[in-house]
Amino acid sequence: MGYQVEDGEEKEILRDVSLKIDDNIVVITGPNGGGKSTLAKVIAGLVKPTEGKIFLDGTDITDYSVTERAKAGISLAFQQPVRFKGLSVRDLITIAAGKDISVNEACKYLSEVGLCAKDYIDRELNASLSGGEMKRIEIASVLARGAKFAVFDEPEAGIDLWSFKSLIHVFEKMRSEHNGTVLIISHQERILNIADKIIYIKDGLVERYGTKEEILPTLMDASREGCDILMDKMED
Amino acid sequence: MLDEIGKNLLKEVAELDALPVGAYNIRVNGQSSERNTTANIDIVTKEDKSGIDIIIKPETKKESVHIPVVLSQSGLTETVYNDFYVGENCDITIVAGCGIHNCGDEKSSHDGVHRFFVGKNAKVRYVEKHYGEGEGRGKRVMNPTTEIHLEEGASMQLQATQISGIDDTVRKTTAVLAAGANLEVQEKVLTTGEQNAVSEFTAELNGAESSCNIVSRTVAKDKSTQHFSSTLAGNAPCSGHTECDSIIMDSAKVSASPNLTAADVDASLIHEAAIGKIAGEQLLKLMTLGLTEQEAEERIVSGFLK
Repeated sequence: MGYQVEDGEEKEILRDVSLKIDDNIVVITGPNGGGKSTLAKVIAGLVKPTEGKIFLDGTDITDYSVTERAKAGISLAFQQPVRFKGLSVRDLITIAAGKDISVNEACKYLSEVGLCAKDYIDRELNASLSGGEMKRIEIASVLARGAKFAVFDEPEAGIDLWSFKSLIHVFEKMRSEHNGTVLIISHQERILNIADKIIYIKDGLVERYGTKEEILPTLMDASREGCDILMDKMED
Repeated sequence: MLDEIGKNLLKEVAELDALPVGAYNIRVNGQSSERNTTANIDIVTKEDKSGIDIIIKPETKKESVHIPVVLSQSGLTETVYNDFYVGENCDITIVAGCGIHNCGDEKSSHDGVHRFFVGKNAKVRYVEKHYGEGEGRGKRVMNPTTEIHLEEGASMQLQATQISGIDDTVRKTTAVLAAGANLEVQEKVLTTGEQNAVSEFTAELNGAESSCNIVSRTVAKDKSTQHFSSTLAGNAPCSGHTECDSIIMDSAKVSASPNLTAADVDASLIHEAAIGKIAGEQLLKLMTLGLTEQEAEERIVSGFLK
């Protein structure tokens, strides 16, 4: 599968990406600008690949719209959560769950991400919520969705005050309670550590794909490659 | 008495299935149809012109007045003058509203001129809902004028909603605030088709520590047009805030013009205006949760106007 854009000149964002993802927890990592978020968007249908096909459980979903993919079982937690004037946390969780839910049920999802349902359920998803709060609500909305293929685009970004442990716990719980796949884009070693498999994407190419045991040590080496001046500065 | 159409209009504008509790005056096709007064709230028909005086005794608490208007006769045009005299230290709710059902080809219009004289330290919650329906080609027109006088320490919350069916509206609201008075306005407007809505607010903050907050949220669809203007005059140490937030869709046109004048060094006045379409990422987010693009759009609009 590939994805190109024309911006004055033709630019390949993803090329020859060929992956079969069927493990519980798969983490995509790699340098910024390498194509990780684009891959997440291609999977959720937000952008359409310019070549190749995407299958979900053997069904070709390449031509499925975003809505059709959501109904087929794909869900995406955005890297930058979207704000809505007039929609409340309850509205978002209700839409995600696809049915009316009680405060108790909402509590189940919100407490997972460290928020008290009573305090948050009627809050509007507007600028009054901090970036970190929005991020947690975004994750809760994907939990409420209960999708068999859930994609999280840099879930750790912005959740500074919420302990990292809780986030890891969310994914571990998803692993034990949920039969599907959780695909996480992350730079964090602690998230890489809970992966069954790791995909390393650089310059639009899948450079490495394998078990955590195979890939993680190579990433530690890779981090020592690169610009000599920068490396020298870091060592200083 | 009310027929089915009238009952439906009454439900739309006043959320009433039956006669309300407390004081009320229901006006149907230009005539006062039902009225009830209480020990504290009197309703008197004006003698010099069409309309009523609503007189609320000082210290009246936790009571309500409903004065809905229903027009189902095509071609009826009327101007009604209602004056509210709210005594000191009252705490009351007033529900007004007008529903027009026009199935004919002639214009039906209701112009309500409401004046509020709110006594010292009284609290008023005023809810006004405008609604139109009917398949006729005749226009449904409403031009509400609201004049508010708040004495020392008085406060008023005004919630005005016009969600559907009104072809043409010019809404004028003026307020004069004495020391310590507070005015909160929430306006919600949706226009569709070729409808036109104009909303003009003017508030004079004349007393020390007076404050007002005017928030307008509107959605303009199809070829409809909207204009919002707000004029705040800070003549004393006071705080004033006005905000106009509009979603524009299709071929609609929306304009907003603020006008702030401060005549006191301790007057703090703020205006915010934002006009824009529904953000693509908002639609996409809801679509990733299983809504179609159209469902997502409806959800965003209804939430925005909630």
